[in-house]
Amino acid sequence: MPAEAHDKPPEQFTLRLRRYDPESGEAPYWDEHTVELAPHRSVLEAILQAKDRFDGSIGVRCSCRQAICGSCGIRVNGEPALACHTHLDAAKRSAKDGVIEIEPMGNMPVLKDLVVDMDAVHWKKIQRVTPWLLPKQPVPEREYIVSKESMVDVTQTMGCIQCGACVSDCLAMEVDPGFIGPAALAKAYRFVGDPRDDEQFERLNDLAQDPQGIFDCTHCFKCVEACPKDVNPMGQIMRLRRIATSDHHIVDQNNGERHEKTMVGLIRDYGLLHEAEMLPRSYGGYSWFAKFTPAAGKELTSSLPSILKAVLRGKVSIKKAIFGHKIPSADLKAVQAIYDKVESREERYELNLYIVGEDEAPEPVAASPEGSAN
Amino acid sequence: MPANDVLIIGAGLAGQRAALAAAQKGASVAIMSKVHPVRSHSVAAAGGINAAISVDDDWRSHAYDTVKGSDFLGDQDAIEIMCSEAPKEVMELEHMGVTFHRNDKGEMDLRAFGGASTKRTAYVADITGQALLHVLYEQLMKHHETVERYEEWFTTSLLKDESGRCCGVLARDIRTGKMEAFTAKNVILACGGAGQAYKPTTNGLIVTGDGIAMAYRAGAPLMDMEMVQYHPTCLVETGILITEGARGEGAHLLNANGERFMEKSAPNKMELASRDVVSRAEQIEINEGRGVGPNGEGIYLDVTVVPRKRTLEALREIVNLGRDFAGVDITREPIMIRPGQHYIMGGVKTDVDGRTPIDGLYAAGEVACVSVHGGNRLGANSLLDTLIFGRRAGEHAADRSASMGMPEVDTRPQLREDAGRIDSIIARSHDGRRVSEIKNELGELMNKHAAVFRDEAGLQGALETIGRLKEEAASAWIDDQGTVFNQDVLGAIELGYMVDCAEATVVAAIERKESRGAQFRTDYPERNDEEWLKHIDITLNGDGAPEVSYSPVTITQWQPEERKY
Repeated sequence: MPAEAHDKPPEQFTLRLRRYDPESGEAPYWDEHTVELAPHRSVLEAILQAKDRFDGSIGVRCSCRQAICGSCGIRVNGEPALACHTHLDAAKRSAKDGVIEIEPMGNMPVLKDLVVDMDAVHWKKIQRVTPWLLPKQPVPEREYIVSKESMVDVTQTMGCIQCGACVSDCLAMEVDPGFIGPAALAKAYRFVGDPRDDEQFERLNDLAQDPQGIFDCTHCFKCVEACPKDVNPMGQIMRLRRIATSDHHIVDQNNGERHEKTMVGLIRDYGLLHEAEMLPRSYGGYSWFAKFTPAAGKELTSSLPSILKAVLRGKVSIKKAIFGHKIPSADLKAVQAIYDKVESREERYELNLYIVGEDEAPEPVAASPEGSAN
Repeated sequence: MPANDVLIIGAGLAGQRAALAAAQKGASVAIMSKVHPVRSHSVAAAGGINAAISVDDDWRSHAYDTVKGSDFLGDQDAIEIMCSEAPKEVMELEHMGVTFHRNDKGEMDLRAFGGASTKRTAYVADITGQALLHVLYEQLMKHHETVERYEEWFTTSLLKDESGRCCGVLARDIRTGKMEAFTAKNVILACGGAGQAYKPTTNGLIVTGDGIAMAYRAGAPLMDMEMVQYHPTCLVETGILITEGARGEGAHLLNANGERFMEKSAPNKMELASRDVVSRAEQIEINEGRGVGPNGEGIYLDVTVVPRKRTLEALREIVNLGRDFAGVDITREPIMIRPGQHYIMGGVKTDVDGRTPIDGLYAAGEVACVSVHGGNRLGANSLLDTLIFGRRAGEHAADRSASMGMPEVDTRPQLREDAGRIDSIIARSHDGRRVSEIKNELGELMNKHAAVFRDEAGLQGALETIGRLKEEAASAWIDDQGTVFNQDVLGAIELGYMVDCAEATVVAAIERKESRGAQFRTDYPERNDEEWLKHIDITLNGDGAPEVSYSPVTITQWQPEERKY
């Protein structure tokens, strides 16, 4: 009998809602309501029950209740989520004190209560990436003939519901509000990866040269965790980088391409990162003289405070920074064998579960609503 | 004051398609929606879009299937237009960038769907509506210079001049509470159905019959309102939809004895009979004690018979829905479903160019009734309906605008009236009932008496209750006193819209004393072509009460026959 978890009777859940009334002249405040619902029901249903029974003035965007319209992006216990896609029992478990804390999303101005101004941030960024197909000419009479895999591939980013959860907690955007950001760059991949688009190079060159483009992402994985639809925004950003660098050899003014190459090369050579070689190689490849190019010097100077901090905090020792890390030669050979195997493939290895699907699991996985929340 | 050639209310598929078509014809266009366009409920359409694009297919076969699906109530001239224009329309959307699933040759793949005689449904996994909607929005962003977008503006009423011509709308900016008048040479309503008048429903919370009620109040006739589609596969608790694509891919329906009970009512098409037939068969199993689940109120949908890899690739969204909203891995075990309110075939009566009998007012999509769906809509015909008739309405309105002057009308009295109405809702004392209470009662009432099976006594009782709810809605109170994002006051207005739609539905269901398509009267269980092969039109009379009249069904090449699947 499936869905045993769904036979549980209603329980009480307390919500602590972040309220803000722009007309009151007052600062935001916390408001608590206790609702009664079965534990597998959603945080959205809880908010709506509070709205229906106690206070109709709670502001929250919502419509479909099934994680497809993208309206109800919020923060639950500090983490971005869709309200309709978060189970109450899971939310209660992740709460500090048993009270489910609900706030508006971050990185966007709050208009009222849980309603944020997505136009000012999210949609502005989407518009930045020329978000429409620039079709290859001539347009065929019937459909474009393209591979099945390519359409399934871009359907992953097509599946983005524009909820803003990834934007809410993008750390790079917190530091640099001008960063194009995870949602818009995932949208960019939707065209870059589409074989019917005519301007793959122009799109990539644009996003690579922009100091706030694809090389501004700091790989923090926040967007991957936040996304309720498995769009994997950071993964799409990395794919944009790979196509820009490996396929189009776009050498960008942000030094992103060379930095990436250097990183890959250093690990092949040493098994671990060799910090002191980073800058010289980024600027001059394997040439010994390149250490002295003015650009490298300039970047070294600007990086000095970070280097100093890293040394002071014990993240790196001066000796290791200068002479590099050493790993046993057997291990190094193993690392290099991985390189050989991956690089000898004719096609680039795309670790994309969306396309290949999961392997057949031998045992049925117990159905549980918990794993899916957030 | 904004003034445009064409003003479109609603920004789902029909609205956005109309906007694009009108802009491409050179008209100045504005599109207004109470939500951001990509939140529109078209986004939830999952399974696909029908078009006879296969070389082995013919649009006439699609048209015949649609006529038969409609239980011969659909207007065949309109159905011919929809089905013959479908292949070109779908190709155009493909060229705009919709990521339609491909076969091994790289051509668009097609899947089977209910009531269709061949594989005819193009799809994007099971997010077809989302893909179409987002791609159309990409086009609106592209054409931002010719299409003005008013996102999160709530339309409060249609504006008419002295001659009775529709020449704009009044609307409230949800973000600021500001009221404004918008004039236009032509107005296109594209604001969806009225599913929220039912509880549960597959429809989103925004689907509250706004356009149907506004047109009705402005004097436009509503047609086929008794025809309410119950989708056969909705989650028992929440009413969330599991796409027909699941059965299209081969999933079975099982009763408590593990029997594929569809062989009783549709021995040939089995699970892929039309939706009215499947929903009725399920309801019979449930009513006769062969339902599954603790209260015997469900049916099993067994997707495990579909190869797992195919399910993960082509039915990904319902794998997630099953996991997240029912706690079931549909690739491993059956999921419990039941029929749930999904779509209204009826709506504002239009011709094949979207024109309503009110001069200057068009309607397209679920808000409209052309009628291409008649008594029962086939799965994957609704997306097609929105695109074909959205485009046709947009083109026709644009062409017409070219030779018209901008209407000159004093908008101030109606602006004051609508603003005053909103103020008075906000000021209501807390004597009556809460809006949410009335809405719940209405939804449960409709789901009980105007559902899969209906009868005179139940419908008459419902009509009486609706009369009371209408009065209560007029004094229902709210909490929010503010102007910024006051969703509470909009909820009170929406409640009024839903009550009007519900009333029209029940009146029409009482009127039709036969069983046809989605209307099954247990007291008149047979189809009766002699008396009832006609549309029921509902118009608001001078006293504010619904008045019934009839209009003929257009038959071109397919005479009514017995319907077997």
